[in-house]
Amino acid sequence: MSRIGVFVCHCGENIGRTVDVARVAEAMRGLPGVAHAVDYKYMCSDPGQAMIKQAIAEKQLTGVVVAACSPHMHEKTFRRAAAGGGINPFLCEMANVREHCSWIHEDREKATEKAIDITRMIVEKVKRNAPLTTIRIPVERRALVIGGGIAGIQAALDIADGGREVVLVEKEPSIGGHMSQLSETFPTLDCSQCILTPRMVEVFQHPRIKLLTYSEVESVEGYIGNFKVKIRKKARSIDESKCNGCGECQKTCPNRRIPSEFDQGLGKRTAIYVPFPQAVPNLPVIDREKCSYFRGKAKGSKKEVCGKCRAACGRGAILFDQEDSFVEEKVGAIVVATGYRLYEIGKEQDSELLKGYGEYGYGTIPDVIDGLQFERLASASGPTSGAIQRPSDGKVPKRIVFLQCIGSRDPAKGIEYCSKICCMYVAKHTMLYRHKVHDGQATVFYMDIRANGKGYDEFVRRAIEEDGARYVRGRVSRMYRDGDVIKVLGYDTVNGTPLSIDADMVVLATAMRPQPGIQGLAQKLSVSYDKHGFINEAHPKLRPVETNTAGVYVAGACQSPRDIPDSVAMASAAASKVLGLFSNEELEREPTVAVVNADLCTGCFHCERVCAYGAITRKEIRDRNGNLVKVVADVNKGVCQGCGTCQATCPSKSLELAGFTDDQIYAAINAFAEL
Amino acid sequence: MSEATAKTTEAKAGAAFEPRIAAFVCNWCTYTGADLAGTSRIQMAPNVRVVRLPCTGRIDPMFIIKAFERGADGVIVSGCHPGDCHYSAGNYHARRRFAIFREIMSFIGIDPNRITFSWVSASEGRKWGDVVDETVSRIRGLGPFAGYKNLVEKTHAGA
Repeated sequence: MSRIGVFVCHCGENIGRTVDVARVAEAMRGLPGVAHAVDYKYMCSDPGQAMIKQAIAEKQLTGVVVAACSPHMHEKTFRRAAAGGGINPFLCEMANVREHCSWIHEDREKATEKAIDITRMIVEKVKRNAPLTTIRIPVERRALVIGGGIAGIQAALDIADGGREVVLVEKEPSIGGHMSQLSETFPTLDCSQCILTPRMVEVFQHPRIKLLTYSEVESVEGYIGNFKVKIRKKARSIDESKCNGCGECQKTCPNRRIPSEFDQGLGKRTAIYVPFPQAVPNLPVIDREKCSYFRGKAKGSKKEVCGKCRAACGRGAILFDQEDSFVEEKVGAIVVATGYRLYEIGKEQDSELLKGYGEYGYGTIPDVIDGLQFERLASASGPTSGAIQRPSDGKVPKRIVFLQCIGSRDPAKGIEYCSKICCMYVAKHTMLYRHKVHDGQATVFYMDIRANGKGYDEFVRRAIEEDGARYVRGRVSRMYRDGDVIKVLGYDTVNGTPLSIDADMVVLATAMRPQPGIQGLAQKLSVSYDKHGFINEAHPKLRPVETNTAGVYVAGACQSPRDIPDSVAMASAAASKVLGLFSNEELEREPTVAVVNADLCTGCFHCERVCAYGAITRKEIRDRNGNLVKVVADVNKGVCQGCGTCQATCPSKSLELAGFTDDQIYAAINAFAEL
Repeated sequence: MSEATAKTTEAKAGAAFEPRIAAFVCNWCTYTGADLAGTSRIQMAPNVRVVRLPCTGRIDPMFIIKAFERGADGVIVSGCHPGDCHYSAGNYHARRRFAIFREIMSFIGIDPNRITFSWVSASEGRKWGDVVDETVSRIRGLGPFAGYKNLVEKTHAGA
């Protein structure tokens, strides 16, 4: 038989004024299973809590109900008091007679009746409460960072500097990401590589960072504190331990006209190549699709077609028969920082809606380029060594037209969102252009100017006022090539006049999109993504770098369009979350998780399908001879968040959510109608 | 008939009809919204008794049937708005479940007007008050619901 103690709080006057507190305690005294019921001015005060502790000992209470404020306010306080009195803290619950009663009703009689009902419902529930033990999970205090752009680099450095080991996985042959492609950065016109390269080297040399480039996450298992990650190291065709990055191999490669990804197709590379001179690590990789050796082999030719690089390598580091290898890493937290790609105009895209802007002739008119291509043109390390030359004939363009919001803020083309960085980088481009072509004219077609960072609006004003960029509010409807020039036909919506501009070059500020393959990665990590493919944060305001999967964090442009300062800030925030998680050897979890009764489970796995966390696993039940009897559901306590959707879904009622079992809820419902 | 139920019947016969309403709400949105109604001192009808659950995904339609069987005249089910679920998808499961449950309610003898399904977020204290008042006045108009309870009592008397 239960011996429940009920403690009714006056909360000063807050409850006592509208609820006859003494009558509530009196009504509880008459209930079966209630051994003790009192009222007191302030239950949450020290003497109030002492009353509870004393009553537990003196009256041998088996459960405690505190009728007071919302459990969101003081449940922890009273559970601690109950534990201090010697009973399991989960045998203590609160009846909310303040927020849900005294404060919202004026009629004293009706409020008192309701308070009695509320308290009785909780008494009946607590009679069926089971003692629960806080779940403790060991934490593997190493982190995985996916993506080696500026966000990934920052996160990895912060975690490593905080004293924890980091595995940094980058799918490209070098870290650096898009930032390494930029010429100068807004709003300070810092040289991008000058501020980035030292950080890349720091990552490479850090004793606590394990850098895996040209690698991808293959699978992720486990849960917060205990992830097991399998990483595919793609075959570089290089023995990393032998190669010293001398570059002799590249000099001999006969395939010299492959469009360089780093130079956005404006420069050329060889089939064995280092993406850019400052690459980290400084190791080449063989592009097997373009390499004559591999193409010859693929065609079935028995004689070796090439192999010149192997002959040129004095250290015997070229390995044509190298295969993909796998590494397994145990980590406690994961930071996703896979960054962005640009909307690819006129190219094959992953959605029908995104095949827009054929009217701009991108891909057919060589002098229509995108923003990243302009960065490469303006960059000292770029294909023109920083000279602004148009791709078709190398002439210096005297008239450049920039078009903003290409793909951004255009629901008709499938992207409603603002890409955030384009207003700023177009302003920067007009400046870089004028600093190099003093008599050049830059014209910008824009919809709005959104320059909302520190020093950003001033920067745009500077582009207009000091560097003479001409800003036209309006869109461009069509562009075509007329001999040497590109005719740009637009509309000035401020003056209400159509406009035709002759341009030597056109730069399209294209939308930011998440990296391809992000959906696959998100599914491996069981984090959600929005309809555009950006990773969803747990809460847009209060939990911006966490995801809905505990232990998985997000930083940079894979979450939504971000500029460098925001990406770095997010990365540091994610790193601090990881270090916070790693500050204890064990993780404490509320024990209110689902539990499976394997005897009842029929193995239908509806629960597995409705679980948003992937917390349901399959467990084989075998007899003593090892024969398989059945397969049942099992709950991973580390992953379960305690929502109870599985229990409501289970047709055989073999799942129970601790703290909210059917027995407890039905008892409360029964008590509801007892009056 | 137990003493307790006799009292209820008497009370109901004597005074004007006061509906008894059970509310099944999630911990994160509606329960917190109801807390906010309290701290904002938003006055509402005292007829609703709240049962707190972690998520609307935890709400078994049998809870609703049980509440009617125990003498509820109406039921409120309320949780986080679509897209705002603390557990990311529990409310979607609940929504689908109750779309089907609503279809079969008339068949099992419950007027669908006796149940309110709503989304009340943690910041919508005022809305919670409105949901409560609107439901109470609607149920008041429908009168007491005793079909299920009588059925249970008859079964018990016969047994």
